[in-house]
Amino acid sequence: MTPQNESKAIFRIWRGDATQGAFQDYTTEISSGMVVLDAVHKIQAEQANDLAVRWNCKAGKCGSCSAEINGSPKLMCMTRLNTLPLDQPVTVEPMHTFPRIKDLVTDVSWNYRVKKEIKKFQPRKPDAADGTWRMQQSDVDRVQEFRKCIECFLCQDVCHVLRDHHMHDQFIGPRFLVYAAALEMNPIDSADRIAELRDSCGIGLCNITKCCTKVCPEEIKITDNAIIPLKERVVDRFYDPLTRLFKMFG
Amino acid sequence: MPEYQTHEYDVLIVGAGGAGLRAAIEASAAGAKTGVVTKSLLGKAHTVMAEGGMAAAMGNVDDRDNWRVHFADTMRGGQYLNNSRMAEIHAKEAPARVRELEAWGAMFDRTKDGRILQRNFGGHRYPRLAHVGDRTGLEMIRTLQDHGVHQGIEFHMEATIVTLLKDGERCVGALAYDRERGQFRVLHAKAVVLATGGIGRAYQITSNSWEYSGDGHALAFHAGAALLDMEFVQFHPTGMVWPPSVKGILVTEGVRGEGGVLRNKEGKRFMFDDIPENYRSQTADTEDEGWRYTQGDKSARRPPELLTRDHVARCINREVKAGRGSPHGGVYLDIAWIKEKLPNSVEHIKKKLPSMYHQFKQLADLDITREPMEIGPTVHYVMGGVLVDAETQMSTVPGLFAAGECGAGLHGANRLGGNSLSDLLVFGKRAGEYAAKFAKENRAGQLPKDQIDAAARWALEPFDRGAAGVNPFAVQHALQEVMQNLVGIVRREEEMLQALEKIAELKQHAAKAGVTGNREYNTGWHTALDLNNLLTVSEIVTRAALERKESRGAQFRDDYPTKSEEWGKYNLRVQKGADGTVNIARAPVIPLTEEMRQVIEEQK
Ligand SMILES: Cc1cc2nc3c(=O)[nH]c(=O)nc-3n(C[C@H](O)[C@H](O)[C@H](O)COP(=O)(O)OP(=O)(O)OC[C@H]3O[C@@H](n4cnc5c(N)ncnc54)[C@H](O)[C@@H]3O)c2cc1C
Ligand code: SF4
Ligand code: SF4
Ligand code: FES
Repeated sequence: MTPQNESKAIFRIWRGDATQGAFQDYTTEISSGMVVLDAVHKIQAEQANDLAVRWNCKAGKCGSCSAEINGSPKLMCMTRLNTLPLDQPVTVEPMHTFPRIKDLVTDVSWNYRVKKEIKKFQPRKPDAADGTWRMQQSDVDRVQEFRKCIECFLCQDVCHVLRDHHMHDQFIGPRFLVYAAALEMNPIDSADRIAELRDSCGIGLCNITKCCTKVCPEEIKITDNAIIPLKERVVDRFYDPLTRLFKMFG
Repeated sequence: MPEYQTHEYDVLIVGAGGAGLRAAIEASAAGAKTGVVTKSLLGKAHTVMAEGGMAAAMGNVDDRDNWRVHFADTMRGGQYLNNSRMAEIHAKEAPARVRELEAWGAMFDRTKDGRILQRNFGGHRYPRLAHVGDRTGLEMIRTLQDHGVHQGIEFHMEATIVTLLKDGERCVGALAYDRERGQFRVLHAKAVVLATGGIGRAYQITSNSWEYSGDGHALAFHAGAALLDMEFVQFHPTGMVWPPSVKGILVTEGVRGEGGVLRNKEGKRFMFDDIPENYRSQTADTEDEGWRYTQGDKSARRPPELLTRDHVARCINREVKAGRGSPHGGVYLDIAWIKEKLPNSVEHIKKKLPSMYHQFKQLADLDITREPMEIGPTVHYVMGGVLVDAETQMSTVPGLFAAGECGAGLHGANRLGGNSLSDLLVFGKRAGEYAAKFAKENRAGQLPKDQIDAAARWALEPFDRGAAGVNPFAVQHALQEVMQNLVGIVRREEEMLQALEKIAELKQHAAKAGVTGNREYNTGWHTALDLNNLLTVSEIVTRAALERKESRGAQFRDDYPTKSEEWGKYNLRVQKGADGTVNIARAPVIPLTEEMRQVIEEQK
């Protein structure tokens, strides 16, 4: 690579709206430590003021900047350019699973509606007179893992049940199975969501491909720690005689 | 007049961070029909980024803690320019607000006996910050969001307020545009609560996101409300400095709370060199005492790294200026050294500071369990904001309330870490409660059609200028450079006068900003509109900083390097003049009640 090439890269960004669009190439200067979001911002400021992109924290904390970079679902703010082959154009496109709004921005409102349908947190009576509860750190550890979720919806984007089969009205997706797991495993929650997990949440549609776990920027073990234990609870409740069989093969 | 989509509310809340959500929950619980507007999606507001924790004197870790100590710490940290009544309310009510979060599903880290764990933070005498690792803000916003969506609140996600609407003296709603389609919405309300956060985007190096364009401050100013303490902009001592693209991103004070130390390139812990007189009796004499403090030894005093932010930031600035900085213009923050003390330090650091570990690993190729970080000051928070009544959070404009970072009073000249998240809860709740009360007691005001039309017309002007207009991003970058270089951590009269000239010039440019494309999710257009707020706020900060001829808290004047007793008697109050100018007047600091004076005495 010549020094000149080293400081420039091509970004192939999807531009368009809900009905149509196409990739467009932008060449921009790059510098040490840059992430994809920096490049997109530079292009926006210098070449395409109306380029639509979401971001807030630029540090992997808010889950706003989800996109597909060279085909993989990622946070733009946490994807360093030095992890990508820059001798070819870097493609940046919106998440596929959600309706497009403009450029890199998609309509994720479905996620908010789904969450609202899940039975909310209902604490048991407080343990102490001052209205507080006593919980050991070891009891909250696993719930805290789930509560690290930044709602980037990358797991929803990659899950084939939503992405390829479009079963948005039958399956809540990995993000909300994580949410349900956080509630179900909360030591002070008293609500019961097992029936709804089987019915309206469609947990049975997950066939444990683990694609969601692989893309989670928070490294939540979505499948192993959230979905499988929830599936076991559903099985224990509704298909008791089959439990042993499930465990043998699961 | 064109037709606008109109929504009717008792209470309209501008902002869905901690303050806005808490206000909304309270207003709606009081039976008010409540609407919330937010520039981002729900759950993405700045609050999500808060790391270290929220301060509340629950005394779970050290039972010597109580509201009196918290009150005195807050006042000392704010150099006694705080609204003492707000500081009192805050210290007394914060514990209940934190416990309430737990009742709504928050999962804090635990003490050995199963209660909410609390950690050390700068300027707090005892371990006081309830936290969840270093992602406390996420826990807070998610808890409020998940609770709030079941309370019958109406949310307008990705909508931005361009102006407040007034009927005579009273605020009666606001005009918004939605980002997705670029259409206007009229939000008619009996009471409006501003909870829009801060102004950090006026600077180049900042921990703040694009949302922090000072909208609430500017909206209130243009609606005739008074602002207070606008000269006080907090530089957090520890932002990332390398690589360039992450410059400014925050490194939580929690690193120092867990035993992290600051060193210059000579390896010296320079913070021991300069300990302010009023903190001397509370500060460790030796490195060992400081370490013991961070590990919970109640007989030890805190290390100088945990002095207040204004002081630590200036010491870092001094080391760098004196040529003792790190290669990229910062100093070293070292947590890896604790391996000398703890055999399992690597695991310990990852458990206590997971997102810091992650952040450095991914963005800087650096393993904080093995190597020191390079850090430097970054613009972080604005103490100044809308002047409000301590009890009700109502501004000087009837029907207009403010809470959270965009309100003023609690923090005085310098905010203690952790006091913001608790501020959001305590005063967010109060703002919601009193806004609902105001809505109950007052009939809906008249919608001012002329104001709506004028604002809508103004907002669309950048499209008329199109590609021939000025690039709004270029103006924003120029302004950030001006504020960073001329109204930064160390201030000087000539420089600030220069800044005012440049701001005036940039206002001319901003008035010519042009955008291409259509109204749908057009970031150029959004930036063009935000510019107006950034410029308004930048001018106000600069004028207030010029006016205060002393150094106190976050304001450090090279030309007036000492604290003056006389200036300690005043806050600076800012209001829009009849001709649109920025008027600044001295307002006497609210006197302490006898009881609070005694509390401060006894805690000295
Ligand atoms: C990296 C970082 C770490 C921090 N850590 C801590 C900590 O550990 N402890 C602590 O106490 N504090 C901390 N702070 C400070 C604290 O997080 C903020 O001060 C606080 O979250 C502000 O909350 P808020 O509710 O006032 O505003 P925000 O959470 O910023 O919310 C503002 C809301 O207003 C909306 N808004 C703004 N303008 C408009 C408009 N024109 N129209 C419509 N909506 C609008 C935004 O979209 C957003 O929803 C930290 C800050 C940062 C940046
Ligand atoms: S494991 Fe289940 S939820 Fe995750 S991607 Fe596969 S099918 Fe979807
Ligand atoms: S579970 Fe992980 S991938 Fe899914 S939304 Fe949450 S953070 Fe994103
Ligand atoms: S901008 Fe917040 S996660 Fe990327």
